[in-house]
Amino acid sequence: MAKPKVAFYWCASCGGCEETIVDLAEDILGVVEAVDIALWPVAIDMKRKDVEAWEPGDVAVAFINGAVRLSEQKEWVELLREKCSLVIAFGSCAHMGGIPGLANATNREEIFANKYHRSPTVANPDGIVPQEQTNVDGYDLELPTFWKDVKPLNEVIDVDYYLPGCPPPFDLVATAVGAILEGKLPPKGSVIAPEKALCDTCERNDTKPDEMTITEFKRTATSTPDPEKCFLADGFLCMGPATRSGCGERCINGNMPCRGCFGPTPDAIDPGLKLLAAIASRGEADSEEDAKALADSLVDPLGTYYRFGLPASMLKRSADTERAQT
Amino acid sequence: MADQQFEPKIVGFLCRWCSYTGADLAGTSRMQYPPTLTGIRVMCSGRVDPTFVVKALKEGADGVLIAGCHPGDCHYSEGNYKAMRRHPMLANLLEQFGIERGRVRLEWISASEGELFAEVVTDFTEQLQELGPLNWNQRIEADCETV
Amino acid sequence: MISLTIDGQVVEVEDGSTVLQAARKLEIQIPTLCTHKALLPYGACRVCLVEIEGSRGSWLETSCTFPAQEGLVVNTTSDRVLRTRKIVLELMLARCPEVEVVKELAAEMGLEDTRFPKKGEDCILCGLCVRVCGEKMNAGAVHFVNRGTGKAVEPPYDRHSAVCMACGACEVVCPTGCVDLSKITTHQPRPIPSEFDEGLSSRGSIYVPFAQAVPNTPVIDKDTCIRLLNGDCGACQAFCEADAIDYDQEDTIEEVDVGAVIVATGFKLFDSKLINRYGYGKFDNVLSAMEFERISHASGPTLGKVIMKDGRSPQAVAILHCIGSRDENYHEHCSRVCCMYSLKFAHLVKEKTDAEVYNLYIDMRAFGKGYEEFYKRVLGEGVHFIRGKAADVTDVSETPEEKGKLIVVAEDTLLGVTRRLPVDMVILSGALTPSPDSADVGRVFSLGCSQGGFFLERHPKLAPVDSMSDGIFLAGACQGPKDIPDSVAQGAAAAAGALSLIDKGKVVIEPITAEIIEDRCAGCQLCIANCPYAAIEYDKEKNISVVTEELCKGCGTCVAGCPSGAAHQKNFEDEQIFSEIEGILTGSEV
Repeated sequence: MAKPKVAFYWCASCGGCEETIVDLAEDILGVVEAVDIALWPVAIDMKRKDVEAWEPGDVAVAFINGAVRLSEQKEWVELLREKCSLVIAFGSCAHMGGIPGLANATNREEIFANKYHRSPTVANPDGIVPQEQTNVDGYDLELPTFWKDVKPLNEVIDVDYYLPGCPPPFDLVATAVGAILEGKLPPKGSVIAPEKALCDTCERNDTKPDEMTITEFKRTATSTPDPEKCFLADGFLCMGPATRSGCGERCINGNMPCRGCFGPTPDAIDPGLKLLAAIASRGEADSEEDAKALADSLVDPLGTYYRFGLPASMLKRSADTERAQT
Repeated sequence: MADQQFEPKIVGFLCRWCSYTGADLAGTSRMQYPPTLTGIRVMCSGRVDPTFVVKALKEGADGVLIAGCHPGDCHYSEGNYKAMRRHPMLANLLEQFGIERGRVRLEWISASEGELFAEVVTDFTEQLQELGPLNWNQRIEADCETV
Repeated sequence: MISLTIDGQVVEVEDGSTVLQAARKLEIQIPTLCTHKALLPYGACRVCLVEIEGSRGSWLETSCTFPAQEGLVVNTTSDRVLRTRKIVLELMLARCPEVEVVKELAAEMGLEDTRFPKKGEDCILCGLCVRVCGEKMNAGAVHFVNRGTGKAVEPPYDRHSAVCMACGACEVVCPTGCVDLSKITTHQPRPIPSEFDEGLSSRGSIYVPFAQAVPNTPVIDKDTCIRLLNGDCGACQAFCEADAIDYDQEDTIEEVDVGAVIVATGFKLFDSKLINRYGYGKFDNVLSAMEFERISHASGPTLGKVIMKDGRSPQAVAILHCIGSRDENYHEHCSRVCCMYSLKFAHLVKEKTDAEVYNLYIDMRAFGKGYEEFYKRVLGEGVHFIRGKAADVTDVSETPEEKGKLIVVAEDTLLGVTRRLPVDMVILSGALTPSPDSADVGRVFSLGCSQGGFFLERHPKLAPVDSMSDGIFLAGACQGPKDIPDSVAQGAAAAAGALSLIDKGKVVIEPITAEIIEDRCAGCQLCIANCPYAAIEYDKEKNISVVTEELCKGCGTCVAGCPSGAAHQKNFEDEQIFSEIEGILTGSEV
């Protein structure tokens, strides 16, 4: 029996997800024994026409990481959707928009203005901005369209499963691959990670005081968390209570509060708003002034609550997607 | 339509014990106030999940009023304090998204304060008229591309 | 056991008893001045003399020191005994002619006067003070000095003693009241103020809190009892025939399972010191309402005599209403009971003294049954009523009539003039305010507070006795100022409410309770402190939070505050509210 074929592809991402696979080192031989890697731009030289030549269903699984912002990325993921039996959104960016998704806090014009005009390291006296159509030395060249916003993969193509994380931990990947190989697939649309929030597995959960109160929000940039204590109890905003577990508490073990890369638990409509409600409730403020002061002590709430999930958040996703989900 | 005043849509989350009764009193006392607010009864202002507020704004509300018992008078002891602490945090977050603070308002209205309820609705309506329509989709999703 | 005969009666007593003890067992009265149950026999005063009949004639002995012996025959009323006792008392009367206890005893013996030269001493040299200090307090701060006619009780070298603890035991035991603690000790003698008498009188370290206390049992004040402080004294134990005094008793916390709770924690009288201008705490004769209540009471510190600090009867008394209540600076509420108790005070002052009485009021609120009638009666008694809240109480006189008086300044709003009333005594009718710990009590029982800080009833008209929590009832002034009939009525209603609840054997709960989905809860515990009813508990074994449905009142605060969406409100789900929002906004332009 021929080995099943898998494809890896990357869109708007940092390459960290590829690292997960590269990090396997010699263990990758085991993977190669089980599957054939049909596409892997970071390691294998393949052209679009090679993929176009595939028959639909030739490739069992496509692992696509990165968010989608360019028309070219759209074309690629649509192509892979057509040719592959299963599409798995791999990592936070494909899952929810990820770090690149923070770009949705501003707009395309602002981004271009910063990038090509305002940035102190840019010298662009003629104010040249990349154009989609250019003519260089008589050749008409085309650049992909830079969309107005960053999208998670499921807003562009139909996605079968999600592997969360920035990057997804390998044991989770192995579980998913194992399930696919054995045909033991969860319901379509599942996020392949535990359904409980991170506190469930966090060792520091036992250190939570009976009545936790938050007097102000501290930042890891300016103070160091107590390595034994629950971050929230220590005054650091930790996304753990609103974020799926399964990551192996990599940040926690590095004495950093959870930043939410695994995305919301299945019942949380919006992780940012839910966590906001939860921690605000535990705030220590008995007057509106105190409540305002407490709120103001949290610098950049948007970036904190939605570090990995702005494009998929309730605030940014469309009302139609919203209705479909609730 | 230029001369016609913009009539904002307000969703009000009113606590069952104080503000909802206060709104009732405004009605039974035949107080005059703009017909801009539609109330949703919640058991306590502490029940108001920030997602409700965002949901209302996304669905077309120009403003959201959260009204509960006065601090110290909460039927459930301190649910209103939770609402009080959430409000500025939500306002800060929404402000970062470009939604004016004035669109989400927190008020304490007791069961006996029908007049205050009418005043709040009147004042909030005027405030929203100044801010103009929210137009969530145009404003927040203007930058979104339809695939 | 020993058996002996006293005045012809046979009595059995334990080994080591004295003749005095044997006589007391037979209820034979022998006068004594120097015995004390808690102290060793001493035989100083000699008035307890008895005649012992022996085989070779009889002789006199002090009964307090003479041991009871088998077959002893004692006579306590023989001529010889009475004659000698009379001489003893006559000599004592010569030494201390003005001492009340000696005079009384002498009169009992038929002695009008003494034939000996009078010395005018007030100490009878009984040695009780010396013994209590030495035997019980282990201090020995006072002792006898000199001999014969020069004998006296003094601290060493007649200097203030540093070993004296100023416990006051010597003062207490002295039969003549001649001990002046301030001449003995280097410490500042501090009487223990009686809480019940508002500090107007003092009490012992072991005391019954007040006459009708329930349980009517003495308590020992740990902070002042010498026995508990340093292991000495223990005098009270000698007096307790039931042997009920146990110094080793510790405070205990009793846990009682109950089906209903009635909260009746009462109020606190407004601290008039907070309003400087009325001079409370500054002038001796500016009294709080509770202080006057004690003064006017027959069992109070003045035994019901309305007198000033210096013992004089007041010529004029002003009663100031609404101190701290109906006052935007302090408490906005009307305390309801003050008008009526102020009228009662006015009536009592009129009844007990010839003083002029002035009531300074904002409005007279005589709202209850028979109250208006009482107001009219007090009006008829000649009490002056001035409509106007007092502005000031001062001792700065402007006219000769005001000299030495307290002057109450107030605007008489009916006459439109400012009045200065020179009075001797001012009574401040203070507000009834919530107990200072009502917030803590409220937290324990999940009670809300209304604006003034009193506990909030479930409904002002339809459920005035219930609290927001089922099974917890309110009674009395903790729910709001009220007078005795109203408190009694509410107390009875609360008791009935509690009984009917317990009797039913089951409770009905709201159908909108919160629920935490076990499979989704990560045990982050953020919801637990959100619950004002302590209805959420953390199950350490399963690492989840669990709602006790019976305790949940369905406010939904925990649901809104659940970061993972594991908490739901039954029949009040997020989806339902979302649908409502969508319904309201159908057709809106977005």
